[in-house]
Amino acid sequence: MTDLTSLTLAEARKGLADKTFTSLELTDAHLSAIEAARVLNAFVMETPDQARDMAKAADDKIARGEGGPLAGVPLGIKDLYATKGVRTTACSKILGNFVPTYESTVTSQLWRDGAVMLGKLNNDEFAMGSANETSCFGPVGNPWRREGSNTTLVPGGSSGGSASAVAALLCMGATATDTGGSIRQPAAFTATVGIKPTYGRCSRWGIVAFASSLDQAGPIARSVRDSAMLLRSMAGHDPKDTTSVDVAVPDYEAAIGKSVKGMRIGIPKEYRLDGMPAEIEKLWSEGAAWLKAAGAELVEVSLPHTKYALPAYYIVAPAEASSNLARYDGVRYGLREQGKNIIEQYENTRAEGFGAEVRRRVMIGTYVLSAGYYDAYYLRAQKVRTLIKKDFEDCFARGVDAILTPATPSAAFGIGEKGGADPVEMYLNDIFTVTVNMAGLPGIAVPAGKDAQGLPLGLQLIGRPFDEETLFSLGEVIEQAAGRFTPARWW
Amino acid sequence: MNASVRQGKLIKGQTGDWEVVIGMEVHAQVTSQSKLFSGASTEFGGEPNSHVSLVDAAMPGMLPVINAECVRQAVRTGLGLNAAINLRSVFDRKNYFYPDSPQGYQISQYKSPIVGEGDVVVELDGGKVATIGIERLHLEQDAGKLLHDQSPSMSFVDLNRCGVALMEIVSKPDIRDAEQAKAYVTKLRSILRYLGTCDGDMEKGSLRADVNVSVRKPGGPLGTRCEIKNMNSITFIGQAIEYEARRQIEILEDGGAIDQETRLYDPNKGETRSMRSKEEAHDYRYFPDPDLLPLEFDQAFVDALKAELPELPDQKKTRFVADFGLSAYDASVLVAERESAVFYETVLDRLANRARDGKVAANWVINELFGRLNKEGRDITDSPVNAEQLAAIIDLIGEGTISGKIAKDLFEIVWQEGGDPRALVESRGMKQVTDLSAIEKVVDDIIAANPDKAAQVKDKPQSLGWFVGQVMKASGGKANPQSVNDLLKSKLGV
Repeated sequence: MTDLTSLTLAEARKGLADKTFTSLELTDAHLSAIEAARVLNAFVMETPDQARDMAKAADDKIARGEGGPLAGVPLGIKDLYATKGVRTTACSKILGNFVPTYESTVTSQLWRDGAVMLGKLNNDEFAMGSANETSCFGPVGNPWRREGSNTTLVPGGSSGGSASAVAALLCMGATATDTGGSIRQPAAFTATVGIKPTYGRCSRWGIVAFASSLDQAGPIARSVRDSAMLLRSMAGHDPKDTTSVDVAVPDYEAAIGKSVKGMRIGIPKEYRLDGMPAEIEKLWSEGAAWLKAAGAELVEVSLPHTKYALPAYYIVAPAEASSNLARYDGVRYGLREQGKNIIEQYENTRAEGFGAEVRRRVMIGTYVLSAGYYDAYYLRAQKVRTLIKKDFEDCFARGVDAILTPATPSAAFGIGEKGGADPVEMYLNDIFTVTVNMAGLPGIAVPAGKDAQGLPLGLQLIGRPFDEETLFSLGEVIEQAAGRFTPARWW
Repeated sequence: MNASVRQGKLIKGQTGDWEVVIGMEVHAQVTSQSKLFSGASTEFGGEPNSHVSLVDAAMPGMLPVINAECVRQAVRTGLGLNAAINLRSVFDRKNYFYPDSPQGYQISQYKSPIVGEGDVVVELDGGKVATIGIERLHLEQDAGKLLHDQSPSMSFVDLNRCGVALMEIVSKPDIRDAEQAKAYVTKLRSILRYLGTCDGDMEKGSLRADVNVSVRKPGGPLGTRCEIKNMNSITFIGQAIEYEARRQIEILEDGGAIDQETRLYDPNKGETRSMRSKEEAHDYRYFPDPDLLPLEFDQAFVDALKAELPELPDQKKTRFVADFGLSAYDASVLVAERESAVFYETVLDRLANRARDGKVAANWVINELFGRLNKEGRDITDSPVNAEQLAAIIDLIGEGTISGKIAKDLFEIVWQEGGDPRALVESRGMKQVTDLSAIEKVVDDIIAANPDKAAQVKDKPQSLGWFVGQVMKASGGKANPQSVNDLLKSKLGV
């Protein structure tokens, strides 16, 4: 059955339509793979009964010729998404055994289109992290290892479970969320494709909030085409989320294979960091060369406020988080630690329920919003954000269609290797990705090569607002040139 | 209209006169079917937690969606307060932990409210008026309610009210004494009720006020203020201000200083007491709510609402004075409560000749009807005499079918027994006698029976009234007083 798990989503769709295999067979193959890969800790909740029921229902629909665009395709769902009747925790102790009575808009659209849920995927607690090490369910293993090493590496974060599960062939695709790079960085660390669409493209309704003005849903998949298929079902205006935008969702798959001839690709000089590893530099040049070979024109561009993006992000995101996480107070649901009075109950509950990184960000956020500090931190960060946005607008106004950058400053690292002493060391992982969230733009990470130790590396393409199609067209050029990468199974 | 007064009643202290400076924040619950950011019902009095949506309970991943009706109501209210409407406003989060606030923050408007500066003209005793400036009006969420009496060891929370839309209407510190403060809340409440944007029910908490009080020497710099929280009675507002002003004056005259603090009024003891000091005040960490885009609409939206605004009390008052010759005082009495104005106008609609009888109708509504209602402690909305019946009574007077005196008897019958006044006049023989020959006979009899008095009339014309009274009495009040008067004069040669 392993062969079924190695299919791409597009291939599986054809097999299901041709009745080469059933959704139930496909689903069972994945359920077995999940069981065999528990060491990766990618899933925090397996839902085999539900998966089989959904698969059977999909098979019935396919038989009647009523299968939707994702009919019978088994997916994993990041635990940040509320799933009706299935425990949803954002991988935080504070949510305890919270079982929503509602389904997030994005997942309900996936089920509407026939997809099958295999279970809930691990992530950094409340999506705060870049290595999936802050989850209350423990870290996730990357299916990739350094050549000749048995060290378990992180899959990146916060959507580490999603990236690991997709790379390890445990599901055909996964939902993820991206606030500062949480889709693109783990995709780059696991040789998967991840796209963070334009802010407002997907509904945030029913997704546990981290930083509302930055959070955006998106897929992680094994090919550019697969990510296009998933995003088409996930995207769309939702009246329940007033920040979602009412623009038509195009057939993203139609953009795959479209010529990129004449497109202008910006190479931002500010992304050329001091001390950037030579192999990242090389990967970036290679990516540019592939796009040029496909007929695109390369232009050097300047995004002058890039260096302020990371510090500004680490003010805005914690500020919003400190307020968004105030609802976890032990009063209505989730963990409650009793106290002598209500204040003590709050303190005990939140001290016990939140992990160290979440507590750190809640404190940072509370600080930067405090009277006397608001102007110096939050307000100034918002001004920086406006400038970053304008950098991109100026760039696109000069006829640039997309911007090419590395996805991460390095390949995956070992569990516990980074950020132990200095959290900023971990935050630096997001250096190439946070700008995109700050500007609300779409960004895709595509596997592009390997480093000297055999670990995957990715490139990032940044597009105009609501022009995810161009990213799929360009992403596929890189995918074709770089080839696809599959980890050797060790688990 | 009289010039607006700028001063209030000064308070005498040991060191001379003191002036009270008052500003108010009135929280008015918006009349709407559903809450400000959720579809849950706003109905009052449901079972605890029966009107709570996922958004109200702040379940993970829930998002607020603005209720357009609440926006319309806020704009309508702004227009009713002669205020500037801001075409762009912003919702902010006011962060604080309390179990009645499930989100851990209240969605409010901090720097950019939906309504800016306006004013309210209030009527004072003696026909004076004062203009109170409005600083702003903003929309915000109401909180839930804690129930401490359900269990000895636990507190419960009822989230039915949580998320209901409130308008916070902030006055400028233009109010100068307790009377003005009471008149301001009264007028504000009246305007809201005319607009239908708040039911103004203070007992249910639909309208409550935070009152900021400070004292100063007249014309001097502003003093330190104390805020008296959550007042839900106009009478108590007056009492609390009187007490608080004297408390502050005593402290200052003793050489002390006022601590800026939040206080509560205890109506049983008639005093305010400290709730929390400035040092204990929360840092609310306001910031724009990232779940909500700025609230934007165009001038056409405002104009359309403006075109459909109902007539407000001030306009109605002016019209009553102009069209029916009412005194300004009577007109004020009639328009003060929307229901009273509606009743009066219904009477006007039913009158056969409203130009002639409009003023009479006002007198009847104010003196007879309100008098009787007050006596029995009843509300205009459950008056035993309806507008149609009262209009019929006034018609009967106007056309000369009954005298004013008989009309009062008729009013009493209708009050007690109900029925059609015109039919009652017929069936009970209450019609005024205008047949001169019938009256003449009575007049002759009375003159004949009282020759002494008849002789005196020539010297003392004022004693004619005694004869009029006798004739009216003998006719059972049904004789037309004018005819009686005329007949007596000619017969007695006055």
